Amino acid sequence: MANKPEKEKQGIRLDPTLFDLLAKFHEIELEDVEMDVGDLEIWIQPGATAIPQIMPKPPSKKAKPITLIEVGFTPPLEQYPGQIVEVKLGATKSEGGTRGKSIVIGGERSPAFCMFENPMPNPPIVSLDVFDMRIPLAKAVKMHVTEVLDDPAAWAKLAVEKFGADMVTLHLISIDPLQKDTSPEEAVKTVEDVLQAVDVPLIIGGCGDPKKDLAVFEKVAETFAGERFLLSSVTQDMDVEKAALAAKKHGHVVLSFTPMDMNLARELNRRLYEFIPKDHIVMDTTTAALGYGLEYAFTVMERARLAALMGDQELQHPMSSGTTNAWAAREAWMKMAPEWGPRELRGPIWETITALTLLFAGVDLFMMMHPAAVKTLKDVVRELLSGHSGNAKKIAEWITVKT
Amino acid sequence: MTEVRKKGFKELSPIDVYMLLPKTNCKECGLENCMAFAAKVVNREINIEKCPPLLTKQFEKQYKQLSEMLKPAVKEVVIGVGEKAVKIGGKLVMHRHEFAYFNPTPIAIDVTDEMTEEEIVDRVKRTESFSYIYIGQTLKLNMIAVRSTSNSPEKFKLTVKKVMENTSLPLILCSFDPTVMESGLMAASKSKPLIYAATKENWKEMAELALMYDCPLAVFAPNDLKLLRSLVKTLLEYGVKDLVLDPGTFPTAGLADTINNFTMIRRAACKHGDELFGFPILGVPLTVWLEKGEAPSEVVMWKEAYLAGMLIVRYADLLIMHSLDGWVLLPNVILRQNIYTDPRKPVAVEPGLRTFGTPNENSPVMMTTNFALTYYTVASDIEASGVDSYLIVVDTEGIAVDSAVAGRKLTAEKVAEAIKESGVENMVKHRKLIIPGKAARLSGEIEQLSGWEVLVGPRDSSSIPAFLQEKWSR
Repeated sequence: MANKPEKEKQGIRLDPTLFDLLAKFHEIELEDVEMDVGDLEIWIQPGATAIPQIMPKPPSKKAKPITLIEVGFTPPLEQYPGQIVEVKLGATKSEGGTRGKSIVIGGERSPAFCMFENPMPNPPIVSLDVFDMRIPLAKAVKMHVTEVLDDPAAWAKLAVEKFGADMVTLHLISIDPLQKDTSPEEAVKTVEDVLQAVDVPLIIGGCGDPKKDLAVFEKVAETFAGERFLLSSVTQDMDVEKAALAAKKHGHVVLSFTPMDMNLARELNRRLYEFIPKDHIVMDTTTAALGYGLEYAFTVMERARLAALMGDQELQHPMSSGTTNAWAAREAWMKMAPEWGPRELRGPIWETITALTLLFAGVDLFMMMHPAAVKTLKDVVRELLSGHSGNAKKIAEWITVKT
Repeated sequence: MTEVRKKGFKELSPIDVYMLLPKTNCKECGLENCMAFAAKVVNREINIEKCPPLLTKQFEKQYKQLSEMLKPAVKEVVIGVGEKAVKIGGKLVMHRHEFAYFNPTPIAIDVTDEMTEEEIVDRVKRTESFSYIYIGQTLKLNMIAVRSTSNSPEKFKLTVKKVMENTSLPLILCSFDPTVMESGLMAASKSKPLIYAATKENWKEMAELALMYDCPLAVFAPNDLKLLRSLVKTLLEYGVKDLVLDPGTFPTAGLADTINNFTMIRRAACKHGDELFGFPILGVPLTVWLEKGEAPSEVVMWKEAYLAGMLIVRYADLLIMHSLDGWVLLPNVILRQNIYTDPRKPVAVEPGLRTFGTPNENSPVMMTTNFALTYYTVASDIEASGVDSYLIVVDTEGIAVDSAVAGRKLTAEKVAEAIKESGVENMVKHRKLIIPGKAARLSGEIEQLSGWEVLVGPRDSSSIPAFLQEKWSR
């Protein structure tokens, strides 16, 4: 390890795990330096270098105040040199597509929902998952879509009309060489069906095989030129140039997907910039489920967003989350002892809390599954942006409320 | 070198601490030398009070300087006494990646002084017995909030007494009426409950009670941060040192105010050095019950569940809830555990070969990732199967199977390499590897690269016993 020489140099025997910790800690410190300019100013102001004063003597010795001592409050505002780019999804007829409306995400000038500082320029949105073939689904999810499992177009319609989806993600799972290995032409047909069924912007999801996904993206991008699909996703092991050019040439945008690592996200974005404008890129740094690494997902996203606002140009993209991954948690789908309640409630609350956690990390686009989770997320976002004020008098009654 | 200045915690280095230590290398702290102690202090892994010489008269000045230097932006407040006392606040940073969060948000469950004795005892017992094992940790509920819905001092006192007889969990006593509060405090004297709450109207009486009974005091100023700050200032001047801030939890209309207020308070404390807001924040998801109306209980509980989650993420240091249902609480105790995990330490286990029971040359060989949760889950399922087996733990940098496959942290190359390094090829006669169902897409490549035959196991490890019985019955 890089720290070993230093360790010897100091001639101090430190517990090796402690040393690793320190090394990690310093890494974090270095990467965060740029975010702390404001802090440094506070600490380095004149006088701050003096020996800290001994704690003031206990105030109880003083005369007790008999009336309220009024002090002011100034909202703690910060300045951010950076801004998240706005990305437009979907194109209307006048814009060269066929969608009823297009949706813009991103544009933030402050961390997520610091509404006291800057308004949220565009509300975070939800895209519902639709699959082009049967896949294992949790019971709590399946029960809402049983009728449409074999019909992606009907599924998309249900997602929009009944479940209030802002967008639909069509996952072309069947193209997977390990599944049905269906052809790009067949994929085009499925896309066509879904495009006819709904008029919201679409996300075109691949199967995870970088070669096959590229082949399908190229075909779909060309066939539906001008629709401004979000191609989900471009990954590092894909031919990034071809994927980006397919999107750019035919008027689509791309999702830059990387595995929970800010540096990899920067790297992939940097490669994409060679071929496609910055405002054609949404990024996804991977979502892990509540209880299954959510804290990693949260922290990578939160750090990426803060770094972007502090001027890191390679991270200034709206963020997307595959929130459906919440269902990977056993607690979401498994039958458990009765005290943990029915999985019909546990599952969707799992997805909801996973989504809300990431909402505060800065996610702009949620790919989700369960109607109740979708509704809750949309309700919360609406309420947060509504400007409604709470009733202070009423809230004081919580002590005496009858439950 | 001798210059001592107040530094942001991130600038603080072991040397800064070391300079103020006795530098005797006496090992009384249990560590090799003062520098090692300083390193642990900076990492908040040990308190300076663990250095006996530092507590002597000779080092009084250094001790005070160190205390000031290490003081967190958010004061740590202790509620309750004894083993189950909770510490809240003590936060150094606004964002967990800046260091780590300390003192996971305790959750208090309410009882009222108008509930029947049976109901009170039942709720207290359920609160106390709540327990969920997760990655080797037991997740628990932490406190009882006693609300005076009757506004009768006598009833409140009896209820507090009843609760105290049934639990040693710390209490929050809730009433805006100082007479009622005092009566409750009499029943809970010496057990250091949190007094909820001082307001614009009652602050003087509540401050007197807090001083008299030596209790921490919550300050309630719904959606009025200027008033909240003024109350804090006044109460500090009054001599009350341990405060908890409640800017109001608005579940629906006003939710934006709640999020804004919590965020502004924490930012003021952590980023702008505002000492008046440098206290723990109380969130009250229980306020959803104010909006119940005709709604079925599940709907209100649903709201309470996700509101609690939002507040855990948005800086709440303490929560008061009503629902005792597992599906409401489970995601929140897990979320709390997640968010308060030290980001400096990966939640991973050592990669390598593990054995279960006494495997022989015909025993099955399975494979999983080194994400701690995945590993513990798989290990317990293999144990449950009772089949003697080998398990190869592949280093995926602490990422779970599906994310690792998607993110190329789990690849056929890595698996092939892990098989080689494990030495399992010398331990078994067969060449069959059972891989997780969620890694199925790697099977072809693994076979090519390793020369092993791949059996795709179940998507969830709970089916491992059934899988082994069916597919490994030789």
